[in-house]
Amino acid sequence: MMKVIEKERLASLIDGWIEERKVYAPAERRDLIVFEEIESGGEAHLEFNNTRVPPKSVYYPQREVLFTTTGKEGDVELKTPASLEETVIFGVRPCDAHAVTLLDAFFGSGEHKDTSYLSRREKITLVGLACNDPAGTCFCTSVGGDPHERQGLDAIFVDLGDRYLIEAMTERGQRLLDGSDLMRDAVERDLREAKELRKRAEAQIDKLELDGLDERLDGLFEDPLWEEMQRKCMGCGVCTFTCPTCWCFDMADEEVPEGTERIRFWDTCQAALFTKQGSGFNPRPSGKERMRQRVMHKFNYYHKDFGRPACVGCGRCVTSCPVNQDIREVLVKLMGLERGEADE
Amino acid sequence: MEKEIRKVARALLRDGKVDLVIGYGRGTLPLRSTPCFITDEDGVDELIWDPSCGVNLARYLPDIKGRVGIVAKGCDARSIVVLINEGQVERENVQVIGVPCRGVIDRRKVEREFGSLDNLEITYAEDAIKIKGKDPERKLPLKGYLSEACVSCRSQNPPIHDVLVGERITEDSGVDEYSRVREIESMPAEERWRFFEEELGSCIRCYACREACPLCYCKECFVDETMPQWFGKTTDLSDTIIFHLVRALHLTGRCVDCGACTRACPMEIDLRSLTKKTEKIVKERFGQEYGLSLGEPPVMGVFKQDDPQEFVVKGGKEGSQ
Repeated sequence: MMKVIEKERLASLIDGWIEERKVYAPAERRDLIVFEEIESGGEAHLEFNNTRVPPKSVYYPQREVLFTTTGKEGDVELKTPASLEETVIFGVRPCDAHAVTLLDAFFGSGEHKDTSYLSRREKITLVGLACNDPAGTCFCTSVGGDPHERQGLDAIFVDLGDRYLIEAMTERGQRLLDGSDLMRDAVERDLREAKELRKRAEAQIDKLELDGLDERLDGLFEDPLWEEMQRKCMGCGVCTFTCPTCWCFDMADEEVPEGTERIRFWDTCQAALFTKQGSGFNPRPSGKERMRQRVMHKFNYYHKDFGRPACVGCGRCVTSCPVNQDIREVLVKLMGLERGEADE
Repeated sequence: MEKEIRKVARALLRDGKVDLVIGYGRGTLPLRSTPCFITDEDGVDELIWDPSCGVNLARYLPDIKGRVGIVAKGCDARSIVVLINEGQVERENVQVIGVPCRGVIDRRKVEREFGSLDNLEITYAEDAIKIKGKDPERKLPLKGYLSEACVSCRSQNPPIHDVLVGERITEDSGVDEYSRVREIESMPAEERWRFFEEELGSCIRCYACREACPLCYCKECFVDETMPQWFGKTTDLSDTIIFHLVRALHLTGRCVDCGACTRACPMEIDLRSLTKKTEKIVKERFGQEYGLSLGEPPVMGVFKQDDPQEFVVKGGKEGSQ
């Protein structure tokens, strides 16, 4: 059953969640809207296109301790850190939730599952906020999403002006709503308005024609276009560190007073160091290979493995790139190319 | 201006004086331009000039082999001087297309006031940004929306150039360039610590600041070294602080305050105050402003008998800042 809550009651609903769980929500910090742990429902700031960075670091921290060792040689004790407490991430845009499903597929499939990621992930309830006014940089509909998409979310809120329509899609989501008398049952009019908003939001987004891009890329590995397109790229990690779907990491052992910590932290394929080997050899020696890797991984390799691109069209790499390298432009250029000789 | 820049670029390429011209092209977003690499005459019409041309293109120079023409604002040309002085670029390989500059836009200041700039038509007048959408056109004075480094800029005219496009500007020295630095200096220690904590604690270690900086040209940055690994690579406060402080120290006496680092930062960290503070120290103690003339050695690269050294002689009591 869908519910409706008046906007002025939202803070109280969230306050109820905070009593039993950690709650992260978009909040204003240093004039930016970012996901932060909030201490009261009133801190949630819901007037935004999208947050500056995705909520990724909540379920996949930029730095995490995998284990700690204490003791001396011959008598070493290994401790894994406690997992997350029950956590709600509220105000997640559908694109960011879609991204979580891509990470789930990567970390959670195959023979070797990533227990560190999965142990946090199972504590997290994702509560979405449908997009009624997508930004000019949004392109979720070109990569299999839409501004009111439910995929990956446990519940979703749709802003109807003076109230939110709430739908729980999973039991986890339902538990957040159970027992609260702050909501009423949704009526036909609420559903109609939400449907209308969804249609309008979808129409507001320019759709890129990317059908067949994954296969097309098979033949473009050696194309000179990579060199041309990457020329302006400075080689920083803005695109990957603001990306909700990038997961690459590096590891290190660090000394701490009680022993040693093995830490894992985000890394970026855009850095020269990323593939530099112990011998000094670097299989991706220049920007050309590094840019190609980013595009190929998202639109070809991941697609082959999981049947969809590893991009959700949130547009953060477009907005934040210091030199305005626009992935949409890159993809359109790649689509416009003739197939290379490789697959003829 | 734009026409003039295209004309100069065309001539440079046609006469074989350069193999490549680096300038600005139209961006895909409002208030954005994008670096543009032109290798033949037909391409010069892509070149634009307006207050969105914020990237310091000199950052591309050290990696370019061959002769290159480059569109350079005052501060960009200053950083080219530093690159030449430090042996990273050869003077005879560069044709500097100098452009006197009235400052570049901080797009975030405009976005903060307007919200989304989608579907708006943006044009520029000499000292104004014109924004037109459904509502009647609004004219914003450029001065109110400048990148912080531009607000108090005193290097609007390129100190070196092979061609100067447009008229020299009477440099405006009306604004105290160190006002923010003084503000931070005068904070009580706890408040100053909070400033460092909040600003540098927001760093996501993307290194956009470093990559956007023309003077961060090290082949391997201290923070990327792995054998041994000197510094942590995480977003722990101690790791981010050490990165930014050491970076600022490496730029001491070299930074030309172009503001490229701050504009590149996706988290809008106030990086400029760090480098500005080092610039202030160098100016007060050594009387040097770098990047204004060719052949001048960097302050940290020379020792003079009369260098102030009471911080050594008197054990830091009078010398410490």
